[in-house]
Amino acid sequence: MVDLAQTILRFRDDTPVSDPAVTVEAFTGQSNALAVRIEPGEDARSLLPNLERIRLVEVNFPAFGDGRGYSAARVLREAGYTGELRAVGDVLVDQIGHMRRCGFDAFQPDQPLDAGDVEIALSRWPEVYQATTDGRVPIWNLRHG
Amino acid sequence: MYKYDQWDQAMVDARVAEFRDQCQRRIEGKLTEDQFKPLRLMNGLYLQLHAYMLRVAIPYGTLSGAQMRALGDIADKFDRKYGHFTTRQNIQYNWIKLEDAGDILAALAKVEMHAIQTSGNCIRNISSDHFAGAAADEVVDPRPYAELLRQWSSFHPEFSYLPRKFKFAVIASETDRAAMRLHDIGINIVRNDAGELGAAFYVGGGMGRTPMIAPLINGFVPLDRLITYAEACLRVYNRYGRRDNKYKARIKILVHELGAEEYTRQVEEEFALLLAQNIEPPFAELERIRTYFEDPAFAADAPDELDRSDPDFAVWSDRNTHPHKAPGYVSAVISLKPVGGIPGDATADQMRLMADLAGEYSFDECRVTHTQNIVLPHVRKADLFALWQKLEAAGLGTPNLDQVGDIIACPGLDYCSLANARSIPIAQQISQRFAANGKGEILGELKLKISGCINACGHHHAGHIGILGVDKKGVENYQLSLGGSEAEDTSLGKITGRGFDEAGIVDAVETSVDVYLAQRQNGERFLDTYRRIGMEPFKEALYG
Repeated sequence: MVDLAQTILRFRDDTPVSDPAVTVEAFTGQSNALAVRIEPGEDARSLLPNLERIRLVEVNFPAFGDGRGYSAARVLREAGYTGELRAVGDVLVDQIGHMRRCGFDAFQPDQPLDAGDVEIALSRWPEVYQATTDGRVPIWNLRHG
Repeated sequence: MYKYDQWDQAMVDARVAEFRDQCQRRIEGKLTEDQFKPLRLMNGLYLQLHAYMLRVAIPYGTLSGAQMRALGDIADKFDRKYGHFTTRQNIQYNWIKLEDAGDILAALAKVEMHAIQTSGNCIRNISSDHFAGAAADEVVDPRPYAELLRQWSSFHPEFSYLPRKFKFAVIASETDRAAMRLHDIGINIVRNDAGELGAAFYVGGGMGRTPMIAPLINGFVPLDRLITYAEACLRVYNRYGRRDNKYKARIKILVHELGAEEYTRQVEEEFALLLAQNIEPPFAELERIRTYFEDPAFAADAPDELDRSDPDFAVWSDRNTHPHKAPGYVSAVISLKPVGGIPGDATADQMRLMADLAGEYSFDECRVTHTQNIVLPHVRKADLFALWQKLEAAGLGTPNLDQVGDIIACPGLDYCSLANARSIPIAQQISQRFAANGKGEILGELKLKISGCINACGHHHAGHIGILGVDKKGVENYQLSLGGSEAEDTSLGKITGRGFDEAGIVDAVETSVDVYLAQRQNGERFLDTYRRIGMEPFKEALYG
């Protein structure tokens, strides 16, 4: 069995869910799944009625240029989802800063990321302009106390 | 003018460091060209036909003298001693080496400039009215709202991988000088009956291969909800805009396919949810930004008379100035369209001269227009003659604002890897033709716009006369269209019929102009005559 800790970059302290993620369609049809995977065209809001029992949402990025997953992540966090939100697929170091801001706290890229590059990418921006659910204080709030 | 504080500067400095790192990783092979491409594009670096092209952002088209001077110095040091001002109020350098890109960004950062998001499928530079803060007819200066949107859209975490590029324009007058309704989102700052300011949102306009005029989706968004509303508009687009076909990926297609009413409903629904998220900047931030755009110290006693005894000067001042809100002042337009020149090009020396003139005559401020000219927004009428003499001496005094020679042209096949045909030589031949035959002097306002491919960077759909270059079995061919307008009477031009070769298109423009001259009544413009008499008389003259 593949050691999840080896392939997944996580920013959470809890134990990773080992259940395989089911499709959104399968998820809405069964009552006991803990993990679900969202594909780019699927509506993250369809998960909201069952948010409390979900412990892992995987958001698939078949190609890094398809940015629908960023909105899916924010929609879930804004609705109060606190479980693991994992970006999987064509996830590159240059996108993970934005992904963290949108609420992703785990990454399972097709190609492993260089740990040094990740650290540089995540510490690159001293501040941010926008408010999201990541808790960072936007520059315009810093200006006005 | 807006000035960076420590936060703004830190963001731009971080970007320079990031891009140097990305270039380095590309050189080391850690990034493939496919992976590097979207990253360099978000820094405005394109690979063109002959070299890299760097596009530098000029937010809402406003430049200080020091910034204009720095642009000239960059042209000298890193390019072939010239630059090209664009229809998005930006500047492009056409002969850049990849290894210099980091140094150029560092030079720009020193004068509070950057190339952030000047390309890529993200929110691009915010454009505005080039007479903002000066025009006699504006409700309010639109630039504080553009600056707020600039900050919000910079490195936006959710909207950096949109289906397609995304362009905002912000104006604040009934007269539209920024082609507002031909943008993905056009915002007009308006005052309601209660005297409050708000933002009218027009969404889903654009040119390209499927030109559309943006419908109004909300006539009054309160200013303390501006960012939240914009976020809702973008989120609906990011989630549901088409990604299966890049030619159908702009928001105009989404709005068209859903219908403006359904798109609006979805935006309003998202907006209601986002309001609860409290993402709007504090109103104090808008007030802080506004303080940077307060009027300069206009002289209360500036004389309002103009000495028009020099006839050449009188022509230039009639054509190339615009009424100012302060008595005794005008906005002066420096034409970058000399007869036979390349529209929008300026040499390094000309840029430095314009920087000096901005300092001497215009409170150290200049503007780039979407028609590829430069504005000195606040010039005393008493100084206008001296200014004109200096412009004349530098080849910058062409009196042709909004005339047939004031042509918008894209770089075309001389530079661009997307082009099907050359644009620049057509523009040059037309301006030479109408200078030589004297008709240019009697035509009045005539907006002529040329694109070298269907992407319409030269705004041909919105030209009173539009020219589109296409490839016809390996030969350049040019389609003629009539009746477009990018102003408040926005309209899209109609194609006259079969296309023309290079010599034929110049003749066809003259033939169309002759129809106008024969038919015009009571001093009407070319566009007015066309709208009155319709296409038939033009077709008859062109095709017999």
